[in-house]
Amino acid sequence: MQKILFKNIDVPDARSLDTYKSRGGYAALKKALSLPPEKLISMVEESGLRGRGGAGFPAGIKWKFLPKDRNRTIYLICNADEGEPGTFKDRHIMEFDPHLLIEGMTITAYAIGAHHGFIYIRGEYNWIAKLLMSAIIEAVTEGFVGYNILNSGFSFYIDVFRGAGSYVCGEETALMESIEGKAGRPRLKPPFPATFGLYGESTVIHNVSTLSCVPFIIEKGPEAFSKIGKPRSHGTKLFGISGHVNKPGLYEYPMGTPLRKLIYEAAGGVRGGKRLKAVIPGGLSSPILTADEIDVEMDFDSLLSIGSMLGSGGIIVMDEDTSIPMIAQKTAKFFAHESCGQCTPCREGTNMIKFLIDRIIAGKGGHTDLEQILRLCRYIKGSTICAFGAAAAMPLNAMIKKFRGEFEALVR
Amino acid sequence: MINENTRKTIERFIRKFPCRDSALVPSLSLIQRENGYVSEADMEELAKILRLSEARIFSVASFYTILSLKPIGKYHIQVCSNVVCSLLDGYPLVDYIAKILGIREGETTPDGMFSLASVECLGSCGYAPALQINMEHYENLTYERIEEIVEMLRSGEVWK
Ligand SMILES: Cc1cc2nc3c(=O)[nH]c(=O)nc-3n(C[C@H](O)[C@H](O)[C@H](O)COP(=O)(O)O)c2cc1C
Ligand code: SF4
Ligand code: FES
Repeated sequence: MQKILFKNIDVPDARSLDTYKSRGGYAALKKALSLPPEKLISMVEESGLRGRGGAGFPAGIKWKFLPKDRNRTIYLICNADEGEPGTFKDRHIMEFDPHLLIEGMTITAYAIGAHHGFIYIRGEYNWIAKLLMSAIIEAVTEGFVGYNILNSGFSFYIDVFRGAGSYVCGEETALMESIEGKAGRPRLKPPFPATFGLYGESTVIHNVSTLSCVPFIIEKGPEAFSKIGKPRSHGTKLFGISGHVNKPGLYEYPMGTPLRKLIYEAAGGVRGGKRLKAVIPGGLSSPILTADEIDVEMDFDSLLSIGSMLGSGGIIVMDEDTSIPMIAQKTAKFFAHESCGQCTPCREGTNMIKFLIDRIIAGKGGHTDLEQILRLCRYIKGSTICAFGAAAAMPLNAMIKKFRGEFEALVR
Repeated sequence: MINENTRKTIERFIRKFPCRDSALVPSLSLIQRENGYVSEADMEELAKILRLSEARIFSVASFYTILSLKPIGKYHIQVCSNVVCSLLDGYPLVDYIAKILGIREGETTPDGMFSLASVECLGSCGYAPALQINMEHYENLTYERIEEIVEMLRSGEVWK
């Protein structure tokens, strides 16, 4: 099976520049620098690469949104905030193959005309931030990053910026606020980052996994990428499988691989021979699936068609003994805690839902409380500045709708 | 107190980024790492160094969860209490650690060695349950392993 992101994962010391080069690393950068930037943008567009950070926006189109005026300052940001519960994919790329990301960033920067890039990494990944910094220094020493890269006349610098603990800073504009030395509160869009991003300049922001696909596309050509996966969901994806499975971990599979196959083949099935009860398919924000729904193919459209989303590809597996109200309680606690507080529906709604679920779990709730939670979910969704509101409302709504009996059993 | 070395690093942050305000979050994180928490005096001093208002510094310092505005234990044990870790620990780890240390969540031991908090997902879901002590991650935890870690820290073994 074709590996794109994990092609070096079994190679000892893939992290070092020498090993990376000996595996063909930085060949894509050399090729890219010999081509005009427009050509690279159209190659990425043709490949059909869509963002791996959650929303799945086509990368090539995002790049084309940039103003055509080449004299403008353009920033490139790599989103390594990875805070979505159930998600642990980007850390592996950065920890075991950091040059793949650095090469992807440098090619992207050349294509879009950025001379300064940031990797915004969550504060908890301290050791990975250090690894990244030494990898960048290695790359600068050999001329793959920095001034006049490989004598092409193109210069690009990368800074590692560490977050300080905040899930909402993964939202692209909150992340920019954070780099600007402010609390991470998302901005109202439009304007979009392509015209008004970091420091008010044009900015392209991508997830670690998205940028790490770029070297493959440039080196092997867009068709090599687009022939993997499914129509409108090209390439491979890192699926992080956690919870009640025999072999939790991170697996690279083509987009569109059935969820059943990921759980039972890749992750070795449910622990202790238990029966499967439910699966969260793409990080905690994605609506929960019942055991009957796991024949779904893991791509953007298939998951949308059954009312969920591919999200970050963080798959959380729950066995028959799991209490869904307990999961709902943790979910509500998380979103109430992480709301940045600037929109009333999100701030008050998430805290109210948490209060109601706590009351239901304590055995003091009534039927009207369940209805009230569903109503709050409806009010929050679509009435907030950023997608956090929907990310909080959708999963809770699905848990109650699909496992209503379990909640009913707790209320009076 | 912001010592001379810390101040030099902060000045490096100021030069490094395109805009001096960008030094704020890294400086606060640095003070947190060096001093174990960010005091009011630190914020006042930082305001002068960065030429920002104290209100601005406070509004940012109080937003991010890694930053603590009051003194905490030498070892800050932060236990993940999110979904995946909860699925995999029968008896909540945080309660277990609270019992060993004889304190409740949010408290610090009287000798100032340990403080205990539950936090959100640490990005270790594939290796759950997980916790973090200061800047160090611990994964695939068992009760025995936790006792070992606490013992090791109590006995004053060198901490990286
Ligand atoms: C509340 C919230 C949290 C987010 N967290 C992350 C994150 O941790 N990592 C990430 O790459 N994108 C995250 N996103 C998505 C980003 O806003 C943005 O869409 C993404 O970085 C774009 O990159 P892509 O095009 O490569 O997917 C988050 C969005 C929201 C609304
Ligand atoms: S939706 Fe929530 S997290 Fe997003 S801006 Fe509004 S209050 Fe903040
Ligand atoms: S849920 Fe505990 S580390 Fe992600």
